[in-house]
Amino acid sequence: MSGGVDSSVAAALLAEQGHDVIGVSMQLYDNSQVTESGQRAFGTCCTIDDLYDARRVAATIGIPHYIVNFESQFGEHVIANFVREYVHGRTPIPCSHCNSDLKFAELLDRAKAYDAEQLATGHYARIERDAAGLYHLYRGADNSKDQTYFLFSLTQEQLSRAAFPVGHLDKSTVRAHAERLKLHVTQKPDSQEICFVPDGDYAKFVERKAPESTRPGTVVDNGGRVLGTHAGVHRFTIGQRKGLGLSSSEPLYVLEIKPESAQVVVGSRDDLGRTSLTASEVNWTSGKAPSDWLRVSAQIRHRHAAAPAKVRRTDEGRAELAFDAPQTAITPGQAVVFYDGEEVLGGGWID
Amino acid sequence: MRIYLDHNATTPLAPPVADRMAQALRDVWGNASSIHHFGQQAKAALDEARASVGALIGGDASDIVFTAGGTESDNLAIRGAAEAIEPSGRKHLVTSAIEHEAVLNTMKALARRGWRVTIVPVDASGIVSVDRMREAISDDTALVSVMHANNEIGTIQPIAEIAAVARERGALFHTDAVQSAGKIPIDVRALGVDMLTIAGHKLYGPKGTGALWMKRGVRLVSPITGGKQERSRRAGTENVPALVGLGVAAELAQQKMPSEAPRLAALRDRLEAGVVSKVSGTERNGAAAPRVPNTTNISIDRVEAESLLIGLDLAGIAVSSGSACSSGTLEPSHVLKAMGLPHARTLGSLRFSLGAGNTEEHVDRVIEVLPGIVEKLRSLTTVGGRK
Repeated sequence: MSGGVDSSVAAALLAEQGHDVIGVSMQLYDNSQVTESGQRAFGTCCTIDDLYDARRVAATIGIPHYIVNFESQFGEHVIANFVREYVHGRTPIPCSHCNSDLKFAELLDRAKAYDAEQLATGHYARIERDAAGLYHLYRGADNSKDQTYFLFSLTQEQLSRAAFPVGHLDKSTVRAHAERLKLHVTQKPDSQEICFVPDGDYAKFVERKAPESTRPGTVVDNGGRVLGTHAGVHRFTIGQRKGLGLSSSEPLYVLEIKPESAQVVVGSRDDLGRTSLTASEVNWTSGKAPSDWLRVSAQIRHRHAAAPAKVRRTDEGRAELAFDAPQTAITPGQAVVFYDGEEVLGGGWID
Repeated sequence: MRIYLDHNATTPLAPPVADRMAQALRDVWGNASSIHHFGQQAKAALDEARASVGALIGGDASDIVFTAGGTESDNLAIRGAAEAIEPSGRKHLVTSAIEHEAVLNTMKALARRGWRVTIVPVDASGIVSVDRMREAISDDTALVSVMHANNEIGTIQPIAEIAAVARERGALFHTDAVQSAGKIPIDVRALGVDMLTIAGHKLYGPKGTGALWMKRGVRLVSPITGGKQERSRRAGTENVPALVGLGVAAELAQQKMPSEAPRLAALRDRLEAGVVSKVSGTERNGAAAPRVPNTTNISIDRVEAESLLIGLDLAGIAVSSGSACSSGTLEPSHVLKAMGLPHARTLGSLRFSLGAGNTEEHVDRVIEVLPGIVEKLRSLTTVGGRK
């Protein structure tokens, strides 16, 4: 229970259906600041407000509520990965790591220890079990809120233990349920930013955690001609146009980031399109990789309309994928997720 | 069945306390500072409560200052004495490493304002060494504050001896007796202290009530400014119905102590013996020292207290561990750290604190349930690092 509308309604609906529900919130990072005098000061502390919301919702629906402290695990796995990826010129997705390394790993284990049959979350995704006992993962019924892009790494074992009670609803229905159930979070806005960087300034966050990230470098064009300088590759993502510090007659976009030489390659929008990629740590939802090229529609970032492609397994845990038509800004560090219509077939991390 | 074994956190109201408070809430609503009938009625109720609280600790009623709790009493004692003594040139404070945050953080706050603060360590048994105290207390020490019984492990500190050292050096001595009042006999004169803190809700009285006993002649500058209530030592209109409750609670605690203390000690020993024999990898913390009869602290190897607490609560058993931080999660206990326990042993420690409602049946239920919960948590693939 994050304190948001979706997980609040998920818990409330399960309780209403008569399930024995235990509310759990994860404490993931400490937003308090230590002042010069050594005192902890609480400024705009979203964590504690959100935990308060979760606790109040749990009290409203009459379920126990616990806070589990995953700060060290979150720091070690999710935040460290986030920083490392940016330093390496990649653009990470911490939400996916949080799902696979914390929620459906550590938290799921805890749930088992407490004899809970399932771990329910407020994700917009649907799980169905077929006659053969195989679990299938489908996009949330509200496609505009679909979160399967962040859930591609779930295995059969994890899917068998997961429940997404709002996955078959659209957002307005979820809010209507919240109102009907008198949850005080009914009007709470959706969270937008990455939770542990509430001001959205990823560059500053990375610099604080990894001072070596500020290694300066050059901005070059496709031919290697130096157009300008920059203050660290972590400030860039593929397809970025703003903040390049260049003046040019035509708009320039980041095409490639070379962390070893600290070079950022820019070019025209046409140069951004690519048709192929390879991916690592590939998970096949069914548990089995296809034996040959497979026709899929592939999504390369959260707000990307999945496009027709073919994919095949190369080595263990790896895949190559070819789009039918060039896609703009294929970005290392983002996920590529393979779909068959609404169903998630698997996915991996773009190399 | 829900079993409450967290009486050092708080206690339920004793039924006679609730009854007398309910009556006072309705009937004794006057302002105790007023001259008229209604004021006199309130004042009389306060005076009766004051006498009961004084009797519990061997002090006179007139030396009791009512406050809104143990934390406020500690602040009044420490900040009040520091400010009163400051002009004399003494600028040093001494305390122990196992104090409650109410004392520790007040000391640290004064340290940021230029006071020299010495935090004296404890030995592995959880006892403050009198010799170390003697080394720490000097001729410019203004105040020494050492708790009577520790809230996490229950160890009883050698207050009379430390107070004597403070007296020799001309320093004031305060003790936080929140965890001992009502559990073991207290005589402020025999202890030789200058100030002593108690809290209502730890002895079956209401939350939001406390008292500071002050030896006659001790001067404080109250951190709260306002009216002349409590002989100008604590401004603000007294919460009469709640303080009536504190008085009744003190009276009951005194009456029941001779039978209740040995009963709880026997239950505690039964619990300790059962847990230690039924759960592998357990060690008792502070058990070698004199302890209040209701408390035991046990470290359980290879499992985190946080997950144990949740598992026990889901099984209907309420215990605690360490201290809760602002968000409600747990931080490793500063008390166990001060005793020099290895980090892992501080992470997996549980505090069981027994009280009036507990029975052998409760204790046996814990001994029955705990081993299974521990085993399940130990079997988690992710405990102690990632898969």
